[in-house]
Amino acid sequence: MNKNKRLKNPYYQSLIRKMALIVIIVSFTPLVMASCLILDYFHSSYHEKVYAHLGELVQKHQQNIDGFLTERLSNIRFLANSYDFEELSDESFLQNKLTVLQQDYGTVFEDLGVVNEKGLQVAYAGPFKLEKAEYSKADWFKKAMNSRYFISDVFMGLRGQPHFIVSVKSKWQGEWWILRATINFLEFNSLVENLRIGKTGFAFILNREKEFQTKLLIGSISDKKHYMDHFFEAAKVGNKGIHIVEKKDEFGNMKIYVGAFLKNNEWLLVCQQNTTDAFFDLNRVRKIGAVIFLLGGLGIISTAYLMSRRMVNRIATADKEKEMMNQQVIETGKLATIGELAAGIAHEINNPVAIMVEEAGWIEDLLEEEEFKEGENLNEFKRALKQIHTQGGRCKEITFKLLSFARKTDSRAEDVQVNDLIEEVVALSAQRARYGKVLINENLEKDLPFINISQSEMQQVFLNLINNACDAMEKKGGTIEIKTQLAGDYVEVEIADNGPGIAKANLARIFDPFFTTKPVGKGTGLGLSICYGIINKIGGKIDVRSVLDVGTTFRILLPLKKEKAQHTL
Amino acid sequence: MSLSTILFVDDEIGFVETMSKRLTKRDFTIIPAHSGEEALEQLEKHRGIEVVLLDVKMPGMDGIETLGKIKSKYPLAEVIMLTGHATVESAIDGMKLGAFDYLMKPCDMDQLVGKVTEAASKKKRHEDKIIEARMKEITSRRP
Repeated sequence: MNKNKRLKNPYYQSLIRKMALIVIIVSFTPLVMASCLILDYFHSSYHEKVYAHLGELVQKHQQNIDGFLTERLSNIRFLANSYDFEELSDESFLQNKLTVLQQDYGTVFEDLGVVNEKGLQVAYAGPFKLEKAEYSKADWFKKAMNSRYFISDVFMGLRGQPHFIVSVKSKWQGEWWILRATINFLEFNSLVENLRIGKTGFAFILNREKEFQTKLLIGSISDKKHYMDHFFEAAKVGNKGIHIVEKKDEFGNMKIYVGAFLKNNEWLLVCQQNTTDAFFDLNRVRKIGAVIFLLGGLGIISTAYLMSRRMVNRIATADKEKEMMNQQVIETGKLATIGELAAGIAHEINNPVAIMVEEAGWIEDLLEEEEFKEGENLNEFKRALKQIHTQGGRCKEITFKLLSFARKTDSRAEDVQVNDLIEEVVALSAQRARYGKVLINENLEKDLPFINISQSEMQQVFLNLINNACDAMEKKGGTIEIKTQLAGDYVEVEIADNGPGIAKANLARIFDPFFTTKPVGKGTGLGLSICYGIINKIGGKIDVRSVLDVGTTFRILLPLKKEKAQHTL
Repeated sequence: MSLSTILFVDDEIGFVETMSKRLTKRDFTIIPAHSGEEALEQLEKHRGIEVVLLDVKMPGMDGIETLGKIKSKYPLAEVIMLTGHATVESAIDGMKLGAFDYLMKPCDMDQLVGKVTEAASKKKRHEDKIIEARMKEITSRRP
């Protein structure tokens, strides 16, 4: 309680703050710098790693798909080169070739068809009834007629199913003809579908018109336009490599898009993955790092605060002690000054008193003479003179006591009889006690052994305790009981009063310096603290028992001289 | 005739006056002095001084110093120290330097008279012894 109150002092508060702040800054700065550096480095290297991984994956698939397409094309080209229009126009021959192809490559080739210059399918082998189909208006046909080899985009066509066409243009008897094969969409799709990365990564293919060339997974992309543009622009520039873009989708999720061009930059293979998924490990490490940082920071802050608090508390205690010492020194100095002053006054008063007494004595002498013997007031004169004499004697006694008390303000230890000391002090306080209707009873054990203590200090202790008792009983009066007795290795002195007692809450603090229940300016709160210090110094003990409305007893134990030990030696 | 001749030394003039009156009334011859220097002068003038009442605390030459001088010059004069202090120390110092006794101010008249008488008789004894010794010496001289 006391401690906290002390620390509430704004000076100590600011001291705590400053110390804590310095510790926090000094520990946080390198921590933050190192963390940031590591984080940044880790972040970039991890990104690089992820990008490289994705890029590699996409590149592999790009090569795969490109390979697949060129292979299919070369199959057809082989057919077209190996056989002429007439042979291939025979449907059973064509069917035969399709069977051979299907045997070799599974269901990749759906059907084969031979289309003449006019767009009429002259022969067809496959599951659909497309003989004599008219392709002259078909988009793919126009394009196919323009180049020797052609791979179309995916379209629905006549059969009403997504597919794409691989065609080879040849010349026979001055007329162009086309051998076309339909590639099974599902087969082609599986190439891309296999490209799955993590939880959210998948791939798809777009053409220049931004139409999907592969089947899409549910809930995938809708707003493909803006980032596709990016890829196509990149492609226009002629960058044939892998393009990696990070963008937010319409749901606000960051995604990584990795794109690579296929089929002479006509198709775009895009692989997308949520960044949270791609950087899952990085994020997890970040989170762990953040937790560690937070806990560590919390630890640093609390340690810094607690430590500086403790240190400041020490400082505060030291300050308090210093202050107390200063006060004690001042108090001792004051006592010494008062002592000197008292001695001076006592001496100065002594002479006038002596003269007064002697003058009274002279009058007394004169009264002895004959002429006064008859005076009717002779007895009154004599009584008055005697009174002057008595009071002079009292003055003398008081000044003597003052002088003897003031003289002994040294702290040299000497062999002292406690009883004598007590009697001296009691005599000094007797006057004051009488005014306060306080009776001082002494109950001193005779022949107590001598104790090696400083007289003036012990006087101070006893006087303080007696004065306190007198102060406590000021209103009602009472009795102070002083008892001495031998108790083992100690001389026990008990000073008991039957005053109002000390409240329990105060009892624990009465020896604290500056604790006082007296009104401001009346007590320094040092008396008992000094007593405690003196008794403690000589290896004695002082304690207190108090019951409200019954009284207070101070008990002092003064150690005997270690003479016995010396004697036995 | 006076019982004995006393030199009373104290810086408090009032005290000296009153005491002189009181002691004179008791048949002592009092020679007052108010400082150590004056005390020595008076001793020089009045050879019949038997007892010196000397205040310890005086301005200028103090009691102890005066005592030393008196004792060295007039060893037979008995000195009673008067002290305002309850200081046993200064009294002890005085006794060591050869004072006859000490008294505390204000002092009881009967006690003072007693002490002075004692001192005077001691001096007388001393002087008597000296005279006796001298007489012995003279009578035992051989012609």
